[in-house]
Amino acid sequence: MKWVMLIILCVSGSAWAGEARPLTDDPVAEARLKHLAVELRCLVCQNQTLADSSAPLAEDLRREVREMIAKNMSDPEIIEFLVSRYGDFVLYRPPLKATTTLLWVGPFVLMAIGVTALVMTLRRRSRTVAEVSVTDEEHRRVEQLLAEGEKRS
Amino acid sequence: MNRFLLPLSIFVVVVGFLGIGLTLNPREIPSPLVGKAAPEFSQPQLYDQEKVFSPADLKGKVWLLNFWASWCSGCKTEHPVLMDLAQSGQVTIYGMDYKDQREEALTWLQRGGNPYSVVGVDEVGRVGINFGVYGVPETYVIDKQGVIRYKQIGPLYPDTVEKKILPLVKQLESE
Amino acid sequence: MIPEIGHFALILALCVALVQGILPIYGAAVGNSGLMAVAKPAARTQFLLVLTAFGCLAYAFADKDFSVLYVAATSNSQLPLHYRLAAIWGAHEGSLLLWTFILTLWMFAVTLFSGHLPETTRSRILGVMGLVSVGFLLFMLTVSNPFERLIPAAAEGRDLNPLLQDPGMVIHPPMLYMGYVGFSVAFAFAIAALLGGNLDAAWARWSRPWTTVAWCFLTVGIALGSGWAYYELGWGGWWFWDPVENASFMPWLAGTALVHSLAVTDKRGGFKVWTVLLAIMAFSLSLLGTFLVRSGVLTSVHAFATDPKRGLFILVFLAIVIGGSLALYAWRAPKVGLGGSFAMLSREGMLLANNVLLVAAMGSVLLGTLYPLFLDALDLGKISVGPPYFDSVFVPLMVPAIFLMGIGPLAQWKKASVPDLAKRLKWAFGVSLVSALTLPIVMGNWTPLLSLGLLLAIWIVTTSAIGLRERLAHVNGNSLVERLASVPRSYWGMLVAHCGIAVFIVGVTMVKGFETEKDVRMNVGETASIGDYTFRFDGTQDVVGPNYTAARGTFHVSRDGRETTVLYPEKRRYPVQNQIMTEAAIDPGLLRDLYVSLGEPIDDGAWSVRLYHKPFIDWIWGGCFIMALGGALAISDRRYRLAWRRQEPVVPVPTRTARRKVA
Repeated sequence: MKWVMLIILCVSGSAWAGEARPLTDDPVAEARLKHLAVELRCLVCQNQTLADSSAPLAEDLRREVREMIAKNMSDPEIIEFLVSRYGDFVLYRPPLKATTTLLWVGPFVLMAIGVTALVMTLRRRSRTVAEVSVTDEEHRRVEQLLAEGEKRS
Repeated sequence: MNRFLLPLSIFVVVVGFLGIGLTLNPREIPSPLVGKAAPEFSQPQLYDQEKVFSPADLKGKVWLLNFWASWCSGCKTEHPVLMDLAQSGQVTIYGMDYKDQREEALTWLQRGGNPYSVVGVDEVGRVGINFGVYGVPETYVIDKQGVIRYKQIGPLYPDTVEKKILPLVKQLESE
Repeated sequence: MIPEIGHFALILALCVALVQGILPIYGAAVGNSGLMAVAKPAARTQFLLVLTAFGCLAYAFADKDFSVLYVAATSNSQLPLHYRLAAIWGAHEGSLLLWTFILTLWMFAVTLFSGHLPETTRSRILGVMGLVSVGFLLFMLTVSNPFERLIPAAAEGRDLNPLLQDPGMVIHPPMLYMGYVGFSVAFAFAIAALLGGNLDAAWARWSRPWTTVAWCFLTVGIALGSGWAYYELGWGGWWFWDPVENASFMPWLAGTALVHSLAVTDKRGGFKVWTVLLAIMAFSLSLLGTFLVRSGVLTSVHAFATDPKRGLFILVFLAIVIGGSLALYAWRAPKVGLGGSFAMLSREGMLLANNVLLVAAMGSVLLGTLYPLFLDALDLGKISVGPPYFDSVFVPLMVPAIFLMGIGPLAQWKKASVPDLAKRLKWAFGVSLVSALTLPIVMGNWTPLLSLGLLLAIWIVTTSAIGLRERLAHVNGNSLVERLASVPRSYWGMLVAHCGIAVFIVGVTMVKGFETEKDVRMNVGETASIGDYTFRFDGTQDVVGPNYTAARGTFHVSRDGRETTVLYPEKRRYPVQNQIMTEAAIDPGLLRDLYVSLGEPIDDGAWSVRLYHKPFIDWIWGGCFIMALGGALAISDRRYRLAWRRQEPVVPVPTRTARRKVA
């Protein structure tokens, strides 16, 4: 009896066990869609990319983008299509413009200012602070206060 | 300047912006299409599917294009306002039934009245995408040259009609 | 009745908080020890009152009391008890109660562990915390009362948002708030020191353990939130740079900077002014985060109910608390001395350089988060700032910071020398560089970012190993175990936390470099392969949960013909809010996660299915927990334990006039 079951299993197994098909007929186009959609914002959702959203408008827009990919339009052309309708709001990577200059250079300016300020402060400090500082004495007071009998080097 | 005042100054600026931010609606996205020619379309009409609704026929007129749907709750709020506006005869309103079921749309208009002189059907939402619609209801004011002059996102309220739509329509009529 | 008791307890707590916020601070200013003595009992009373209120709300949830508006809005009779209790912080009003409760909990902790503090300092600390508490209690009692009645009572509740019905969500908010609010202690210490004019090394020593504890909680809280997003949102991502996430990340960056700068102030007495500013900043950013999340000025995927009136209240509160403390800072900081001297190239110098980078990174996150608001306020258009922006500015700022992280612990205090450091670090650098360049090739996918990530991770580990070896050479003990044991816990803490960063970086790098995903249409019995794994879909079954119905898929996963695991992803429907939720099924592993989520049913039992193979992803959260563990080790250090055990100060507390400003 066992071997009958085995045969049935094998037969039915081979009858079923197919490799699942990709969801779309054109995985290359789908990869391009995904690549584009993760940098685009779904307009109706609170804060989701076009790739992640399941809102009806997001589905419609993905359909439009798929059609544009099928028409062999370039990425900038597709992005221009969306920006001309919905504005820069759809782009998660804000384009560099007069109004976004501060946004893009800000972090690096911050870092530059920080480093300059640090170097200048340390220079000025090394001139004003005497080599023998009061801190050691003060440190001892803290030690005394906090850890009775605790000897630390 | 005292450099210790710097953190406080930055904070004051940020608080100022946050204060203004409270008065803004982050979900309202201004349309880049205002000031540009309204996209062309030719869609079947709701009542007579054989006939076509196309803005090309409306050159030389000032008109309103209202995107709506029977499934949209904001449209319910705005419907009486549209009815009043249509009855006043100050401007013609055209409707675009957005991603809707025909039967339900017809029932809706039968119940609440029909403020539109023509209703087009945008079954798959493509006209909507071309107009940059991201949520119904949305209303566009289009001038004699077929240029979009104003976009209302969300329902029209009597106040918006009085203060924005009607003055703009008057001005456009006289242009 | 019970909700009224809770409401009344909150009113009483507000009265107590007012007393606690005014009398002790005034007492400390005029030297009246009677007034100062009010602080401790007041803080404890306030804790008990808010605990009572919290208990009353918990009772209302447990009891399914839908005559309480908040209970009716966020729970349902079908909702299991543990989620009903988690629903306490499932929306705005209850979150605030949790915030306030945790604030009073920290206050209570301060009263327990402050025996060694001078009376004036302690009363100022508790006074400042009392004032913060006044703001939150007032906020709750005016515009966000969790005990508001609904008359007539609702027959049934509107249920908790299904997204939040998850074990991760039960513990994520309390952890996160323990971190946020924990920074209020460091803040209160800083304000107390500024008020008293005694900004000395003792102040830094006292605030250090408190700051580290808060930092540990925040680290764990953020990690839990990220893990929740990973498995609950169904996209397989773990960080989205969403405003709400940024709101928790900014205090973390400032807090991390603070932990390090406190080390400089504690050990070397330097940069007190900077440290005190960071302490103010860390807590201010926690408050700012609360504002951003609760006011609705920014749209976020975490759609919290928002109300402009509440926004205005928090903004005014924010302006008073932060504005007040920054004004105090501007007034008092110029009089603070400089502390010990040190060269630019020294451990102090590197810790401060790291601070600069962390604060610049925090500033960038703030800039990116608020920039859309700035433009909108100036009527310059609407833009979105999302992950592509943050990724491209954050990485360049963090790379030098992490590079310095390797060198810093090896540099001497006061003055280090380049040739010496180069000699000690050349092997670490060589090993890191060579392995970072070759490993990705061995693994079959070389990209610059992959190499960079591995370089940084290996750099941290190798430099830590060198540091430990040198340390061991200097401690006494015969056997290795003995010597390992005599290395102070605080040093272990630092090593462990730094290695946590390395683990985290490995996770991020490997996921980015090697993750694979597949969207397939699977009929019953069909298979799909991803990585070395084969998934066989055995169809879906209908299952009924306590408050949902679901289609549960069965996937047999095998590798080289041998079954690895069976995964059961679900598509749930919660009828009360009519929401569909995708519950992904994950097989976690040290080296990889397998992730299956059901898409939509197609026909004949076929489904669209998304499969992910994510190498090393658990290292991301593992790294965070290791960081927090490092923090925990650091505070278990001997000197803090000694400090806690002490009840009375050894040295008589110097009077205010006698206390000399330390130069």
